[in-house]
Formats: sequence, C-alpha cells, structure tokens
Amino acid sequence: MDEPKLRVLIAKPGLDGHDRGAKVVARALRDAGMEVIYTGLRQTPEMIAEAALQEDVDVIGLSILSGAHMALVPRIFELLSANQQEHVKVFIGGIVPDEDVDELLALGVSGVYGPGTLTTDIIRDIRQTFAGERTR
Amino acid sequence: MIAVESLLNGNRLALARTLTQIENNTPEGRRVLDELFLHTGQAHLVGVTGAPGTGKSSLVNQLARYYRNPPDGSKSRRVAVVAVDPSSPFTGGAILGDRVRMRDLSGDPGVFIRSMASRGSLGGLAVATSGVVQALDAAGFELVMIETVGAGQAEVDIARLAHTTLVIEAPGLGDDIQAIKAGILEIADILVINKADRPGVENTERALKSMLQLAHPVEHVFQDQVTHHQLYPEQQPTESADVGDERLWEIPLTRTVATTGEGVGKLGVFIDQHRAYLKSGGGWSRREKYRLQSELDSLLQATLVSRWRVSLPKEKYVSTLEQVVRRQVSPWQAVKYLLDGSEA
Repeated sequence: MDEPKLRVLIAKPGLDGHDRGAKVVARALRDAGMEVIYTGLRQTPEMIAEAALQEDVDVIGLSILSGAHMALVPRIFELLSANQQEHVKVFIGGIVPDEDVDELLALGVSGVYGPGTLTTDIIRDIRQTFAGERTR
Repeated sequence: MIAVESLLNGNRLALARTLTQIENNTPEGRRVLDELFLHTGQAHLVGVTGAPGTGKSSLVNQLARYYRNPPDGSKSRRVAVVAVDPSSPFTGGAILGDRVRMRDLSGDPGVFIRSMASRGSLGGLAVATSGVVQALDAAGFELVMIETVGAGQAEVDIARLAHTTLVIEAPGLGDDIQAIKAGILEIADILVINKADRPGVENTERALKSMLQLAHPVEHVFQDQVTHHQLYPEQQPTESADVGDERLWEIPLTRTVATTGEGVGKLGVFIDQHRAYLKSGGGWSRREKYRLQSELDSLLQATLVSRWRVSLPKEKYVSTLEQVVRRQVSPWQAVKYLLDGSEA
C-alpha cells in the first residue's frame, strides 16, 4: 500500500480576478508534499462541490477577495453535505472582516487566513487537522 | 467498505472514493478492482499526449463537449477524463491544473474528470492510471480520455494503455529532424497540430507530413508492440503474421484550434474512424492483449520485488549499497550478492 497523499482543492469562487494568493498557497502546499488540484478563477459553488466530489479531496482552500464569503461559503457547505462530503475540511484565505470570522468558523470552516499569513502556518494547520486521522 | 454495486449503478461518490483507493494501492482498492474487472473492456480508451503547453487539456475539453453533443445528431456518449500531471521528485507534492481548461464540462452528469499525480512514474502516466481507467470503464463511461503528463520524447506508456493515441503538436516546436526521431511521434494513431491559428503552422505540417511519408507502414500497426518488445527483449515479435493482409491505418494529420473548437469535429470523426478500424480488423483485440500482458508483467515484477524485499535484511541492503558507493563493488556485483547471497 502506498502512503496516502493529502488532496487539496484550491478554488476561487466569485467574480474577483486576483489569483496570485491562491497560486502562492497552491505552490506552498505542493512544496509541503500535498497534491493540489487547482481550478482557477470564477468558480461557482456548484463547480467547486462537483470538483471536490470527483477528485475526492480531503481539503478545500477557498480564496475570496470579493467580500461575498457570507453568501458563497454557506452555499458550498450545503452542496458538500448534499454530496455526503461533510468530512471535507474547508479553509478560507483572502479578505475577511474580523466580525465575520467567528460566523464562518461556526459554519464549520476550519481556518480563515488574511493578508500576511505565513504559508507555513497554513500547512501546519492543515496537517494538525489530519493529525492522528489517517487520510482515507 | 465500498459497495461495488453502487459504483456500477453510477454513484459518483462511490466511484470517486474507489479511485482514491486504487490510487493509494490499498487492499480495499485491489479488492474492488478484482470485482470490477469483469465489467471492463467496453470503453474506448483515447490517449492524449504531447509537449507541455501544446493544448492537451483544452483539446480534451473540446472533444468531451463534442462527444456529449455530437453535431451530427448521433447518440451522446458518457465521457470520463483522467488527467495526469507531474509530482515533484523532491517533495512528492503536485499541482494538478488540468481542470482549469475543462470548466465547460462542469455540471454535466455525463462527464467525470479525475486528476492524478504521476507519483514518481516516468512514462507519462501514474502507476495507478490503468486501474483508475478500469474503474471508469466499469462505471459505464463509453469514452475514457487519458491525458498524459506534458511529454517529451520518451513518455510512450500511453500507447500501451490506450486504443487510440493522439499526439498533439503545436507550431514552432521543432524541425524536420525532430519529426523523424523515434519516440512520441511514432506512437501517434492521429497527429494533431493544435494552435493552428499561430504562425508557422505550414512548416510544422510539412515536417510532420514528410515524417509520415518516411515511416515504414508495418511499424505503425505494431507501435504498441514495439514499445512492449523494447521492454521485454527476450520475446521476439513473432505475431506480425497475424495481421495478414489487413488494411493498414493511415495516420491522419489534422489541424485544430482548441480555444475556439475549430477542427475538433473533424478530429472526433478521425477518432471514431480509428475505433471502427480497430474493431473491424484484429487491432482492437491485439491491443487489448498487449495492454493486459504488459500490465500483468509489470504487476508481476512489482510484486516479486516487494516480496523479495520483505525477506531481505535491511542492514544487508544498506551495507551493500555503501560498498557500491565506495566503489568497492559494482552495481552488478551487488545485485548478484543480494539475490544469490554469494560474495561477488
């Protein structure tokens, strides 16, 4: 049996067109030995949930700079649970006002990362989430 | 435990999880493959290979759209895509970016896309790609497109896996000397010049055309067997006789522009013609046989090596390696010592 790899979907939902952050994180996770499925700009929640299902990912990383997180994120959780993918951990990066962070965490988001976050912190948090829990 | 029934009935979650088990080579994955194998052999396996940046993913996207909605009104086919991208040789991580070009296919329940990392394999595919393809075949996808890692000159594994291999070229990538070298061009059943709206397309076309004219027709039929016998030189190619006076496939050379879809319909027709050609002669079953034989052989090799490894004391291996590093014994002497136990 081969060592299972963490599979991560990096997606940018919504309409803003700045994907440098998403690419930086994708590259950092790659360098941390993860398999990163990069889907690019302007993804709908439906596209993200479908890709997460087909790719059987462990983690979804969403990059949101548009301010639409309170609309997009609940919808993505809804679709994940409709697909029986509740086990998938969702992390968010981008511009999220402090007052929304708690609400997102309450929704089930595993972590929210703003500007200035070290990629090593993201990697550490993802690894901790799966520590002791063998990936499937 | 994965229910094989639900996978066969089209449950996408069961399929996705099965693919993960197969990719990780788990006992569960192997068990499911054992059961699924009886249901395989229906799908047309189409390989898509070519250098990085020639437009493989975009072309796969367009071809899938074509087969989902054939313009001639024929029956739409269920399409699966397996897209392989390279793993880092240092960290084992990978960026799998082929989905970026396939967003048109999102939301279509008749399409299933799976990205795979090559995980150290060098032939343009991952070790588990063939198992993943079998599962998609069993799940009822009539067409399975396998996109290789961006390939150079030697990544020819795809020709052993696929029934029909497309080699994608683009203008400006090489001259007529590149075109007559052995390797990736040789495995093409269909040659595609993508990005045909770019300057230089006539030169590329001329070089490839003269390559096709210089080629010896017999080898085209046995391109997959040729690679097979390079791997297993002890088996002489004796089966050329089977072909008899079977009509030879003439490799079409066709232009596409994947960003606009230009030429994709024509390419789709060539792909179907190649399938019909293989089915009408003995080509289909020959390719199936070679594919399964090479799969059996590589599984045998891997299993033998891993069984033998278990019985080998680690210290013995490490100390022998150390002797090789110090140039005290040659690699061949080390092999003899490790396998036979005798001092070299």
